[in-house]
Amino acid sequence: MNIDLPLIFALLMGLATLAYVVLDGYDLGVGMLMPAADDEEQEVMVASIGPFWDANETWLVLGVGILLVAFPHAHGIILGALYLPAVAMLIGLMFRGVAFEFRVKAEGWHRELWNWLFWFGSFLASFAQGLMLARYITGFESGFGYFLFAVIVGAGVCGGYVLLGATWLVLKTEGTLQKKAIAWAEWGLLWVALGVAMVSLATPLVSETVRLKWFDFPRTLALMLLPGSCLTIGITVWLSLRRLARGTARAEWLPFAGSVMIFTLAFIGIAYSLFPYVVIDRLTLWQAASHPSALKVILVGVLVVVPLIIAYSAFSYRVFWGKARTGLHE
Amino acid sequence: MSILRKTGKAMEALDAIDIARIQFGLNIGFHILFPTITIALGWMLVWFRVQYARSGEAEWLATYKLWTKVFALSFAMGVVSGIVMSFQFGTNWPGYMNSVGNIAGPLLAYEVLTAFFLEASFLGVMLFGMNRVPGWIHLTATVLVAVGTTISAFWILALNSWMQTPAGHIMADGQLIAGDWWAVIFNPSFPYRFTHMLLASGLTAAFLVAGLSAWRLLKVSEDTAARRTLRTGILVAAVLAPLQILAGDLHGLNTLNHQPAKIAAMEALWKTERGAALVLFAIPNPQSRSNDYAVQIPKGASLILKHEMDAELKGIDFFAPDTPPVAPVFFAFRIMVGMGILMWLLAWFGAWRLRKESTPRWVLWIFASATFSGWIATLAGWLVTEIGRQPWLVTGVLRTTDAAGSVSEAQLGASLTGYLITYGIMLIAYIVVLTHLAGAGTDKQTTPGVLP
Ligand code: HDD
Ligand code: HEM
Ligand code: HEM
Repeated sequence: MNIDLPLIFALLMGLATLAYVVLDGYDLGVGMLMPAADDEEQEVMVASIGPFWDANETWLVLGVGILLVAFPHAHGIILGALYLPAVAMLIGLMFRGVAFEFRVKAEGWHRELWNWLFWFGSFLASFAQGLMLARYITGFESGFGYFLFAVIVGAGVCGGYVLLGATWLVLKTEGTLQKKAIAWAEWGLLWVALGVAMVSLATPLVSETVRLKWFDFPRTLALMLLPGSCLTIGITVWLSLRRLARGTARAEWLPFAGSVMIFTLAFIGIAYSLFPYVVIDRLTLWQAASHPSALKVILVGVLVVVPLIIAYSAFSYRVFWGKARTGLHE
Repeated sequence: MSILRKTGKAMEALDAIDIARIQFGLNIGFHILFPTITIALGWMLVWFRVQYARSGEAEWLATYKLWTKVFALSFAMGVVSGIVMSFQFGTNWPGYMNSVGNIAGPLLAYEVLTAFFLEASFLGVMLFGMNRVPGWIHLTATVLVAVGTTISAFWILALNSWMQTPAGHIMADGQLIAGDWWAVIFNPSFPYRFTHMLLASGLTAAFLVAGLSAWRLLKVSEDTAARRTLRTGILVAAVLAPLQILAGDLHGLNTLNHQPAKIAAMEALWKTERGAALVLFAIPNPQSRSNDYAVQIPKGASLILKHEMDAELKGIDFFAPDTPPVAPVFFAFRIMVGMGILMWLLAWFGAWRLRKESTPRWVLWIFASATFSGWIATLAGWLVTEIGRQPWLVTGVLRTTDAAGSVSEAQLGASLTGYLITYGIMLIAYIVVLTHLAGAGTDKQTTPGVLP
């Protein structure tokens, strides 16, 4: 039997990364929104992500883990080239992660400091992820134009996470906080629209490979489905937010689900642009893969364990279903 | 070349590989502090939770809740530093994954799949779900978190032990791959290292529990919950400490079989000789290849390691030039063993004192000051293990210098500074909060505003 192991692992890595982006995306987004809320609201916001952030972040470990173990040659190149933004992201994630614990246990200015670090860590991690994405899809080129592009994508990713975070809050909160979250989500959506547009315009400009892939008639027409559906979903989310704000709709899950779909479509677009490269124009999946014997052993584990992981993640979301409440950690 | 040998050659600037090593050592040294606590504390929480389920006493519940907070904090510290670890493997040692990735990869992958998701998912239920799920599910979640941390230790120690005493691998298609996974995982040093590490975790957590409870009693002497946990900590330590000394001894004898050069460095044996002396204290001198100011027991080392007065022991000269630096391994080993003996004496003394009605303040002070003694022994132990393996990264298979990466010195320097600051802040905050939590205690006299 001949299965294409590198392809399967590329798919798995993609899924793990997408899961990470969406899941940690909403909790990083909530973290970035903290300064916009008052003390009491902040407690509810933290309570809405408290039980989940650790498991969410584990998808990052899985994604990087697959890159490390399945494509060791690419791992060295990619993380070597992205070294500094990766370190910035890790430092951001560290402050964010421990701030969960410290902010409730500290007093006075210590508490303020950890609140601030919670916001700062969330922001730093999100922005650095945007930088990494930009550098990655442009093949690690350097120069002022590339730098500017990276900063824009960084801001775009922050906006996207804010959208996820705000729509998560629409789902998990009520009353004035929910009203605020609707307004935040609208801002996030604008940022995302801007970010996605910029990236779609800029990527073909900075990368020849991407240009050729996108402007290859008649395939281009089929590809237009991606931005097309992205736009439709964006508008749907916008309208449903407006209706929620006016109180004429009850579908609180819709904005979040729509935002997740926007992320998924953008992700598919990027994956399409890059395939079959792991390092654009340099290394394909098959060149970077490790020995099939190692991949097979891991695949067996993945097939057995991932369904279990999904099952107990679902269980955990069920336990904390419904509106977030404070005082759970009493 | 090791950092220490390098610094010997006066004034030579640190090169990229040295910074990479310092950074890696710093990160993993920081990371290990927290799993060492959580692996065993997780099981102690199970104990507190079961006691509460059985008795329904409010005090057990309060105890469980207090230590859950300590656990949650330590766990968060472990998770965030662990995520850094998973990036550093590739960034600091790309040659490592390229040459032994077919072995290391699956072991790391299984750790993520079988341990990290398990503990991370059920941690949420354990911390926030007590009022949301039936008691038995909450208890199960607590057990699963403890199981998760232990599985995590299993896989990572399988990998580390394989690097120390590789087995079960073969060469195929010009690559190193696993021939027999069973032999890879249960390699010669794994059973010893796993046992020794679990016991180390037990001792570290036991002294932490005893220490913070003693601290609490120094502030509020009539706190019965703290009295109870002081007792739990001391009794656990009293049982584990002698077991650890035994396990450590067996571990060392096993190392003599598989990594004799490491033993030579641990014992500062420069020359191969019969009836080698046991060096109690000395300053190993790499220039003269002998010990200055040595205090030693004649024939002691031969007796301890070979159980025979006149047995021959191989010295550094026999293994040169592939030998680790002697001084750091020698001192770290003495620190660990010293701490081990100290912890044993303390625990037994404490257990004996417990039979009396009251515990005087000076006894409490002793335990309060020993709160973090497990950390010292654990770090020292890892330094022995890791530096003693040099110049190999994977014994006999891959040299550390052949695994180094291409990240520039400036970038490494910048990130090292970033990590140092971050870890400094986190560590200080961690210790401050723990003493605060202990000061606030478990009963109704809680200082308002300190606890959520
Ligand atoms: C609370 C922690 C603790 C305590 C009290 C001790 N150890 Fe230990 N020791 C460790 C924690 C540790 C460790 C951190 O877990 C190490 C590092 C790697 C490993 O395998 O275990 C270790 C390594 C280690 C090694 C190195 C093995 C190798 O790398 O091949 C030896 C020979 C010993 N220990 C022996 C002892 C002895 C004779 C002790 C008696 C007093 C002792 N240890 C107490
Ligand atoms: C079980 C998991 C561990 C693994 C897989 C591991 C792996 C490694 C690797 C890849 C290196 C780099 C190569 C080298 O310099 O030798 C290293 C070095 C090092 N590790 Fe570990 N390590 C583990 C645990 C620890 C712990 C818990 C400590 C805590 C103190 C530690 C301390 C060090 C130090 C100080 C070095 C640098 C040694 C030197 O350069 O001389 N290690 N280890
Ligand atoms: C050498 C490389 C190591 C790597 C790459 C590594 C990686 C990680 C990662 C990514 C996490 C976070 C998991 C999560 O998201 O929940 C973690 C946590 C953990 N690690 Fe490590 N680790 C290493 C060494 C060790 C060692 C030496 C031990 C102990 C023997 C250990 C035991 C644990 C445990 C028990 C946890 C659970 C969290 C906690 O209890 O603090 N790890 N590690």
